[in-house]
Amino acid sequence: MIELAPLVDAPPESTTDTKVVGHSVQRIDGWEKITGAARFADDLEFGPGLLHAAIVESPHAHARIVAIDTRAAEKLPGVVRVVSGKDFPYRFGLYMQDRHIFAQDRVRFVGEQVAAVIACDPKIAARAAALVEVEYELLPVVLDPVLATAPDSALLHPGLGAYPHVPWFFPRADSNIAHWRKIRKGSIDQGFREADVILEDTYRVPRYAHCAIEPHSMTGLFDASGRLTVWAASQSPFTQRHLFAQALAPLGLSHKDVRVIAPYVGGGFGGKAGVSCEILAAALATAVQGQPVKVMWSRAQEFYNTYQRQGVVAKVKLGVTRGGRITALEHQLYWDAGAYVEYGANVVNAVGLSATGPYRIDNVSIDSVCVYTNLPPGGPYRGFGYSEFFFGLESHITRAAHAVGMDPVAFRRLNVIREGDTLAYGARMNPNGLAEAIDRTAAAIGWGAREYSADPHKTIGKSLVLFWKAPAMPPNAASSAFLKFNEDASLNILISGMEIGQGLLTAMAQIASEILTVPVCKIRVETPDTDRNPYEWQTVASHVTWGCGNAVKNAATDARQQIFALVERACAIDGSSLYLEDETVKSRLRPGWALPLRDFVISGIQVPDNTFKGGPILGRGMFMPEFSSAVSDPETGQGGHPNVHYTTGAGGIVLEIDRQTGKTTVLKAALAVDVGKAINPDLVRGQITGGLLQGLATALYEDMRFDDQGRLLNPNFSDYKIPTALDIPGEVIPIIIETAQPDGPFGARGMGEHTMIPAAAMVANAIEDAVGVRLHSMPLTAEKIALA
Amino acid sequence: MKRVPIRFKLNGVERELEVQPADTLLEMLRDGLGIKSPKTGCDHGDCGTCTVFLDGRTARSCLVLAAEVDGCEIVTLEGIARNPSPLMRELARHNSFQCGFCAPGVVLSATELLRSNPHPTRLEIQHAIAGNLCRCTGYTPILEGIEAAIEAAAAERSLP
Repeated sequence: MIELAPLVDAPPESTTDTKVVGHSVQRIDGWEKITGAARFADDLEFGPGLLHAAIVESPHAHARIVAIDTRAAEKLPGVVRVVSGKDFPYRFGLYMQDRHIFAQDRVRFVGEQVAAVIACDPKIAARAAALVEVEYELLPVVLDPVLATAPDSALLHPGLGAYPHVPWFFPRADSNIAHWRKIRKGSIDQGFREADVILEDTYRVPRYAHCAIEPHSMTGLFDASGRLTVWAASQSPFTQRHLFAQALAPLGLSHKDVRVIAPYVGGGFGGKAGVSCEILAAALATAVQGQPVKVMWSRAQEFYNTYQRQGVVAKVKLGVTRGGRITALEHQLYWDAGAYVEYGANVVNAVGLSATGPYRIDNVSIDSVCVYTNLPPGGPYRGFGYSEFFFGLESHITRAAHAVGMDPVAFRRLNVIREGDTLAYGARMNPNGLAEAIDRTAAAIGWGAREYSADPHKTIGKSLVLFWKAPAMPPNAASSAFLKFNEDASLNILISGMEIGQGLLTAMAQIASEILTVPVCKIRVETPDTDRNPYEWQTVASHVTWGCGNAVKNAATDARQQIFALVERACAIDGSSLYLEDETVKSRLRPGWALPLRDFVISGIQVPDNTFKGGPILGRGMFMPEFSSAVSDPETGQGGHPNVHYTTGAGGIVLEIDRQTGKTTVLKAALAVDVGKAINPDLVRGQITGGLLQGLATALYEDMRFDDQGRLLNPNFSDYKIPTALDIPGEVIPIIIETAQPDGPFGARGMGEHTMIPAAAMVANAIEDAVGVRLHSMPLTAEKIALA
Repeated sequence: MKRVPIRFKLNGVERELEVQPADTLLEMLRDGLGIKSPKTGCDHGDCGTCTVFLDGRTARSCLVLAAEVDGCEIVTLEGIARNPSPLMRELARHNSFQCGFCAPGVVLSATELLRSNPHPTRLEIQHAIAGNLCRCTGYTPILEGIEAAIEAAAAERSLP
């Protein structure tokens, strides 16, 4: 297949000479949030007719449902309806349809929804849910992803072979292997023969929870006319609309009848992407037509019945020459993907494509294996699998450098991937600033200079690691935007990219402002309503600054073209001479002539015969990466172009360890990320500061603990600790690198997830540097260090 | 269950209400009175999103029963935002928040700190907001916003 160059619809505009883009303007949603005016899904009012649902959950990780008795619950005053699997025999799933709205004949994780009670009060609903009696017949519990691949393991999904799925998944029927992404490049045997040193080890990563502070909240209304509206805390309003319409099609719904309204989101991190518990609001609404029904997730449910970050057992084998060149990488990853993998299998796929890390390696063998287990469904979490595999890979890279007597930073400089190098799946690497990222990170942490603690019981260690990540998305994931002028030349921009805290609304306003010269304070960008706002695939994968940003830029450019065409027609000025400045149309041919936008963008331009030309200016923009393709050889992974580009960078850390207790203190953390172009540098730095702390917490102490029957032992903030204001590093140094992405808006590419990815390997390597202890399993707790 | 009549002051206005004995202050404010700045984050007193002022001190409204506030004065962010403080302006200027879900609680905790201690150290600020969990920001931009407000207030006081 011929490799197509990325399509660029216009020559890249200047990425340096910008007036708004590249400047740290204040967030356009800041004041709304600081005054408490911002409305989140749980804040919306639905009046006294609102009903509330409580979920009957499975107490078992794996069992057959023998009988469900709802009679006692139905008799409780205030109960409107009790439903279970038989009422909704519908499957759903983003990439593979392996889930039902409610469990059908069997349950596959503790906490799975078996039935629901709808009542006029949430407390009555909860009391009634406790009265639903479910009889179970226990089945063997499968928890270990490696053991689950054995031929004699109990099967979670005997129907796997018949599940509909995307063409780039390769499930193995009659096994627990839901997908197996293989990459074969060069000759792995030859690569290991060329090596002087071969290093092999296994790394383990547990499950983690997103812990957005806002729990999921969703309300559905199936009105008397048959229209279904869902208000949800959502990263994915259009994907949710699509999956609701698909799953509930047997009820006669079409997409036009389904509407998702997504207000501000109180933190996403992947946990509110795709469809998990949101489908309950859609389904339950159809059971009580005419009345809104609300499903509010508790903090405990947030932990055990949304998505979790998957655990992984990763076997890394690396071949290196004495001179420090990497000759071969064999990387086998067994993912504990949980009971349903409709989204999580694509995490596994993404890792399979990219588990070389940002290194040029000629001989590669990757097996990324998605394994069903009786734990809650795995799914997207900031970093989409990359944090997990980088723990092992970047630990291993440092160890390989030491094994051949090289400085780990020099070793990375030698092997780092460069623009044009061949990726593991055969396509070419995009422009990137990895070399600069290495240099600036090394300088920020004083690499090469050993530091000593003032406390004789403490030792200081340092490390520097690399990272990369590509958006994992279908090849035809699209973004679109409408842009409407108002009478005073202020703007309303309609998109369906979600504001999940990252600052998307502000960045989109800046892009439109740059092109149309309307100041950011005169631009409003609203969160979506799928009836009103145009299509966006999802706000995931660190792709909306790039994808939605391109759509907004195209919409603004479209509006500008309409403006110029109108002025040419109405004022008889050559359109090619026109330009915008300070909300005014000007012409290079007529110095001194100026037409303010507010004079005509709604009402048109009056011409000599006193008629008007033009009318409301409406910009329309769309973006889809037309060069991407997900289809490749299943045995080698060669032949497609599944990733649109990689965002790359480096992370460095200086930490202090108490040799007696093993307690780790982060003195300094630096993270350099090549964002192509920082649309708003302050918001980029905010992503780095926040993502790094989230990553450091997974490295140092966060940890989901399950008992041997698959029950989560710590589904609350008392037992699953997330960082407080007292747990921040001594210093965080955000470093912005700008190597333009040719097809990005003003050269920008995404960077939200990347800030978390290198954290675990940073800590692991610095621990070894400080105390000589190599840890192979996360989290890297004081206990493990002290015991080693 | 028998409803309990209570009287209290909410954001400067005297109110009378009958509440269920099991209702929390958070439920009363959000569901009964349409006061939405205190959020439901964990319902167990861990996250601090439900923070309100109760008789001048911050309290977690998910841990207070509505029936207990009889005779009390409650102030929420809605009450404070009518006259925005320099603290709020500096938090906005510093892009201190991302998703903003924790913002009401943080604003109230920081307001309480600055009332009793106009010149806190960074560690004192960290302690004051340590009960308000934020998953987005890494806290540093929030600390910088609060410190800027402290500096701005000090500069104002030093004016002749």
